Amino acid sequence: MATSKTPYACIGLAVTLLVWGSVWGLFYAPAETYMGDVQRIMYAHVPTAWNAMLALSFAFLCALMSLWRSEMAWDNRLEAALEVGVVLSALLCMQGAIWAKPTWGVWWDWDPRLTTTAVMVFAFGAILALRQFVEDPVKRATWSAVATVIAFADVPIVYFSVRWWNSLHQLQSSPETVSKAFHWPLRINAFGILFLMIGLISLRTRVAALRREEELAPPLPETAPRRAPIAEGARS
Amino acid sequence: MTHLLAALRKDFLLQWRTRAQAIAVYAFGASALLLFSFAVGPVAATLREHAAGFLWLGLLLSSTLTLAESFHAEAEQHALEGLLLLPVAPAALYYAKALANAAALSLMGAALIPVMVILYDAATPRVPALLGIVLLGSAGLSAPGTLYAAMTSQARARQTLLPLLLFPLVVPVLLAAVKATSLIIHGDPMGQIRSWSLLLVCFNVIHWSLCGLLFERVVED
Repeated sequence: MATSKTPYACIGLAVTLLVWGSVWGLFYAPAETYMGDVQRIMYAHVPTAWNAMLALSFAFLCALMSLWRSEMAWDNRLEAALEVGVVLSALLCMQGAIWAKPTWGVWWDWDPRLTTTAVMVFAFGAILALRQFVEDPVKRATWSAVATVIAFADVPIVYFSVRWWNSLHQLQSSPETVSKAFHWPLRINAFGILFLMIGLISLRTRVAALRREEELAPPLPETAPRRAPIAEGARS
Repeated sequence: MTHLLAALRKDFLLQWRTRAQAIAVYAFGASALLLFSFAVGPVAATLREHAAGFLWLGLLLSSTLTLAESFHAEAEQHALEGLLLLPVAPAALYYAKALANAAALSLMGAALIPVMVILYDAATPRVPALLGIVLLGSAGLSAPGTLYAAMTSQARARQTLLPLLLFPLVVPVLLAAVKATSLIIHGDPMGQIRSWSLLLVCFNVIHWSLCGLLFERVVED
């Protein structure tokens, strides 16, 4: 088992970038004209959204590779990417709710992107639950890969169906769609969360690999049974 | 095609022999429709407005019972392994089971319509259109539902896992079917039924192809 220091280096770099980007965004970047300080949540919210999608896309790639190559290494990466993707998506929903209350006046709205993200949390979270209920590691790997492929293929359909149903959310934010004054904290935090995601996925893959090794290890040989001591009465 | 028809005949025969259970699931769906009315109160206009949503929620909840039981016979005494030993493509087994499930759900949906009409006063003269949406929606529930039922029938806590996996996935089916049914009941001045039906068709095309492709990997030992 490789014990490379790279994941820790990634997390260290991520913390540095996140502190730098957040301090810049909170104290040095100007407040937005209409939303005021509430807009500053964008420096965490938008990078979380990008990286959540990236983590789940990586999970999809791992699922395809796991089905194609049938190697446990891809299942370990799939487990890690799913967990990190679900956590980031759940965080995205929470940050969105915190931003929505002062801006839209409600914690939640049935907007396409919000609803699609919530559906993603439940769809990919259910795959993590499925993994807990399958003992056979080979079946677990195949089934979770199949479920990931289906769930990922469903995301665009969910998005467009909910978009037809209702829409309120503004267009995607990116450095091109926001004022130049907000660029740098957004970019720095995006890379911060990217490195955090890479570090966490690497570490979680390592944990998953150790668990698989334990599961797939042959059972220990049974020791010879001890002979029961002969009772005093029986000896005579 | 011969294999598919033989497997389909087997699945229809299984459903016919377990028809008492189908009647129990139907009673569950009808009682769910009755209970939904207590959630919004006895105002006739409100009940009529939400009739389509209640119908599809009733069918969705009932579908988990139908789908979970569809692999019950195969899960017992390793019957599925026996089927896989036959010179039949696993995809034929999947499509037969999914078609049988779609037929069972369509029948249940059609049988729940009179209950909806009586309880919520949601009558419509456009019965063929409504049956068409029931057919498309049931097919949409059946395609991923059959694949997940095959998985969960071999796992622990299958009754919990199946809805957990299926419900988020079928959000587009639920949305499109509820909207289309509602437009059929309340009128469609803007001609939107076509778009919602198209969404159901797209969902079906994608999931029937994808799940048919992946089924072999789910049941392989």
